[in-house]
Amino acid sequence: MDPTTRHLPQRPGVGYKPQHFSNIIAGADPVKWLEIHAENYMGDGGRPIAQLRHLAERFPISVHGVGLSIGGEGPLDREHLARHRHLNDWLNPASFSEHLAWSTHGAEFLNDLLPLPYTEATLTRVADHIDEVQEALGRRMLLENPSVYLSFSGSHLDEIEFLGELARRTGCGLLLDVNNVYVSCTNRCTSPEDYIDRFPHALVGEIHLGGHDEDRDDSGRPLLIDAHGSEVVDPVWQLYARTIELGGPKPTLIEWDNDVPDWPVLATEAHRAARILDPVLERVTA
Amino acid sequence: MTQSEFRAALLDPEGPLPAGLTDPEGRPAPKRFNVYRNNVTVSLTEALRQAFPVVRALVGEEFFTAMAQVHLRAHPPRSPLLMFYGEDMPAFLEGFAPVRHLGYLPDVARLELALRQSYHAAEAPPMPSELFGALGPDRLMRARIVFVPAVRLIRSRWPVHAIWAANARGEAPPTAATPQDTLITRPSYDPEPVLLPPGAGNFVAALLAGARLGEAIEQGPEFDLTATLTILMARGAIAQIQEGDAP
Repeated sequence: MDPTTRHLPQRPGVGYKPQHFSNIIAGADPVKWLEIHAENYMGDGGRPIAQLRHLAERFPISVHGVGLSIGGEGPLDREHLARHRHLNDWLNPASFSEHLAWSTHGAEFLNDLLPLPYTEATLTRVADHIDEVQEALGRRMLLENPSVYLSFSGSHLDEIEFLGELARRTGCGLLLDVNNVYVSCTNRCTSPEDYIDRFPHALVGEIHLGGHDEDRDDSGRPLLIDAHGSEVVDPVWQLYARTIELGGPKPTLIEWDNDVPDWPVLATEAHRAARILDPVLERVTA
Repeated sequence: MTQSEFRAALLDPEGPLPAGLTDPEGRPAPKRFNVYRNNVTVSLTEALRQAFPVVRALVGEEFFTAMAQVHLRAHPPRSPLLMFYGEDMPAFLEGFAPVRHLGYLPDVARLELALRQSYHAAEAPPMPSELFGALGPDRLMRARIVFVPAVRLIRSRWPVHAIWAANARGEAPPTAATPQDTLITRPSYDPEPVLLPPGAGNFVAALLAGARLGEAIEQGPEFDLTATLTILMARGAIAQIQEGDAP
């Protein structure tokens, strides 16, 4: 494959888990690309790197960072950015994405995607960090919309305007996590359909779909928690269909990171995404 | 609210919530904040569970989970590479009163950390064993050994290899509290701990530190040199033999 033409196909992909290696090599249909969590492939060698080299010869790979802490108040971790550059250089993936969140504080890595207030100050800082990442990697990155549980009293910008402005200032693209939209809008008591309708779909380079958990907040209202440990729920599939109708076919990832099921369960989820993508793909290519 | 305040509340389950974080109507929202507390606690506990399966087996699931929560609050990860998280665990176990009677536990944790480091180490082709014999005894004694990156040595005054093997592989548990030195090699992709002959730990440690073969033998104690070199060769621990002065 010519590296310069690498891109994610507008087809289903899955988050790669090592326990599925043999299934994927034996025939991954309908899965056409794989996403890895960058931090799991930053060792010096061994089985993880060997498997990734093998898979990258057969599938376009999307690298998804979970530890750059782009929303952090402090400077980006230069050492970690250098690890990203190394991975990016040898793998030459089809896509690179990270989150609108912070996870590092000082020297500590807190291993969660922590929330940000949407203010001018946050906008400037996050834009600077995205510039730094894109410059270090020599590529355009995609930024993912978060799952939100809390409101910040100092937050005064709308999330979609915030993401759009970041893309305008830095040239980055967006990763639209439809499950995160459903989770955040439910938790904020706003309309997920309205969010999808207002989203700048032309900037979207990838879609994420995953499962969530349900709890109740202090007032007894639904509190949804992004958990990536179960099937995508029907309302999220409906929201996804609306997204594809509006924005056209997009590379679509099934994310399942906890209580990882056997391969057929993931393949079934990917088939469900394909059934929504296929008619739209046929229409746009006709 | 600063990220510093957020972080403090995140790792202190009893502490006050940062100001300015609310539900959509502007009311205080402890259950919403607790989603983050829970994510951090659960995910880091899981990282420690995966890192230390034998420590876990030795203390029991319930105890390990409670201990992990004490550990992760005192020693959050210092890197986004969670596959190496737990590097402070051996020292933590040495000072953790409820496990003080399990004197071998810190060394078992060291062995488990070393297995993970070995798993993620870079590949390097082992040296063909013919080259070893081809050198001749005099030149060999003056040479240094360069090990492949996946090699680790765990020295212990406890029988940690036997403790590890009993829990990880169902082998017979140790019957005496004898010291054991364990060499970790990675013949293919899975690290393998192997018990070194008695007394060989000093020798291998000296080689790892860059001593010439002759110097490493002379420092003693007595040990089975042939058996030790056979282990190093057969398990692909040696990348090359370096003659002359180290570069």
